[in-house]
Amino acid sequence: MTALLPRLQVRNLHTRLLQGDSPLPLVRGVSFDLHDGQTLALVGESGSGKSLTALSLMRLLARNARWECSGQALLTDAKGQQHDMLKVSDEHMRQLRGHQIAMIFQEPMTCLNPVLPVGEQIAESVRLHLGLDAKAARAQALRALEQVEMPAARQRLDEYPHQLSGGMRQRVMIAMAMVCEPRVLIADEPTTALDVTIQAQILALMSRLQKDTGMSMLFITHNLGVVAHHAERVAVMYAGQVVEQAGVHELFAKPAHPYTQGLLACLPGRARQLARQSGQAVALQDIPGQAPAMNRLGSGCSFAERCSVSLPACQQQVPPWLGTSTHARLCHLEGQP
Amino acid sequence: MAEWRLLLKTLFARRVVLIALVLLALMLLMAAISQWVLPHDPMAMKVSQRLRAPNWSHWSGTDELGRDITSRIFYGARYSLAIGAGTALLAAFFGTLLGLLAGFFKHLDAPLMRCVDAMMAFPDILLGIALVSILGASPTNVVLALTIVYTPRVARVVRASTLVIRELPYVEAARAVGVSTPRLLSVHILPNLMSPILVQLSFIFAYALLAEAGLSFLGVGVGAEIPTWGTMVAASTQYADRAFWTLFFPGMAIVLTALSLQILGDGVRDLLDPRLKGTQ
Repeated sequence: MTALLPRLQVRNLHTRLLQGDSPLPLVRGVSFDLHDGQTLALVGESGSGKSLTALSLMRLLARNARWECSGQALLTDAKGQQHDMLKVSDEHMRQLRGHQIAMIFQEPMTCLNPVLPVGEQIAESVRLHLGLDAKAARAQALRALEQVEMPAARQRLDEYPHQLSGGMRQRVMIAMAMVCEPRVLIADEPTTALDVTIQAQILALMSRLQKDTGMSMLFITHNLGVVAHHAERVAVMYAGQVVEQAGVHELFAKPAHPYTQGLLACLPGRARQLARQSGQAVALQDIPGQAPAMNRLGSGCSFAERCSVSLPACQQQVPPWLGTSTHARLCHLEGQP
Repeated sequence: MAEWRLLLKTLFARRVVLIALVLLALMLLMAAISQWVLPHDPMAMKVSQRLRAPNWSHWSGTDELGRDITSRIFYGARYSLAIGAGTALLAAFFGTLLGLLAGFFKHLDAPLMRCVDAMMAFPDILLGIALVSILGASPTNVVLALTIVYTPRVARVVRASTLVIRELPYVEAARAVGVSTPRLLSVHILPNLMSPILVQLSFIFAYALLAEAGLSFLGVGVGAEIPTWGTMVAASTQYADRAFWTLFFPGMAIVLTALSLQILGDGVRDLLDPRLKGTQ
């Protein structure tokens, strides 16, 4: 029964920043499905609304600003019951967070409380959600630390965040998120702040944990190399919208949206690959211009100004969804790329 | 153990902090054991011995009723220090509560902080005088009045720090695992506020000590029958031209204790603020 419903179904998510007299739309109609055990990568450049989408889903938007969210975000729990995360009460949401859906943040340096031992921080969520006593929760925290391959886990339980390295802190963050075995994990650029070798270890660890627990993952990143290795589906975001959604192989082989094509053309590895196939040198290309200011979006396609193949219609009309249900793009250009 | 040693070493990097701490410890010790070690009964009047200059029997001389001033200083330390400490603890408690609520809950911020601003608009001593006049002169009421006077100071400092900590990623991370708001405040935010609170605690202790002396001097503090440093200074004013010691020694007790507390507060602040390390 649960197999029929996606674990996380987001429909037409809008997030607006309320300021002055005109609210600023920052996430504009994002929709996606996340199925059992699947990894969906949300990619896009800085400011495209990736993190904001995740924070809107978790209802963790910065409290020093006023926000307005609309749309639907249905989370299916183990019993097949659906919870609309944008509508449930705060208390209900608090019970979902950490238990059904958890989140890993970008900066492991600042995401741990400096005055609490890490064991206590991991145990906290166990005590909250599974109702275990302090001793059992501690045992569970130890298991979680061992699960994330923390060296000398027993000793680390009583250490403070400043005694750990960046990679170890990220492991603690993952242990915190995983300790209650959530059904959905949102990872917001979990490896951006780490150096490359540690990145690889953390990514391998997350893949293994996903295989062990069968959780679904929403993976936010701007690193397309990571996407190619770890995701099954990809949603490309631009100016607060998903502009293309496809399976990972499909997307890399046949990018349909001009923005996705531009992104892939910037990758040196891919340029080399194309050069080998065609026998000719392929120049790296950049996308001219900058992402538009969100308060100055026109009526047409938000990418039109930077697009190399834009049509007159692109400037005026909102682009339609084209393509199939498995590979869709938000674009006026008909036909196969 | 090694951590403690490092902590103390950093704290006492400035010798004056060590001296301040020793002075305070001595004062506390004497206040605690005064009734067993003092050579004279602090309350015993001997009219034949009135206004004697310091001598071997009365180290700090005697007051206008022939009572031994040294004994009265140490005996009075109990009241003065208790009033100071009580005020500091109560003000820190209520100030932290107000500041935490105002800093964390956006809709409470404006109403709470405007009240705090209004309270801060009154000059300290004036507000203290008004409150003690209303409540009546007694040690408890002085503590209450001074708590009301100093709570806003703590509230402001705590609110400012809460505003910063509230937005830190680890608070967000704690909310992401489903921590409830009361627990977020008590377990995740409050311990991170400890350093500013500790510093305020020692400063307010010193201020309260001075304010109690000021109130007692003006005759609106504790009753004249209770020997605090303030009442001793107040009583001495009529005789200070003839017997300077009646003013000098209680005054020195106030000055040294308040100064020591301030220096200790500075030391604690330097210890807890990593940015100031190595800049002495």
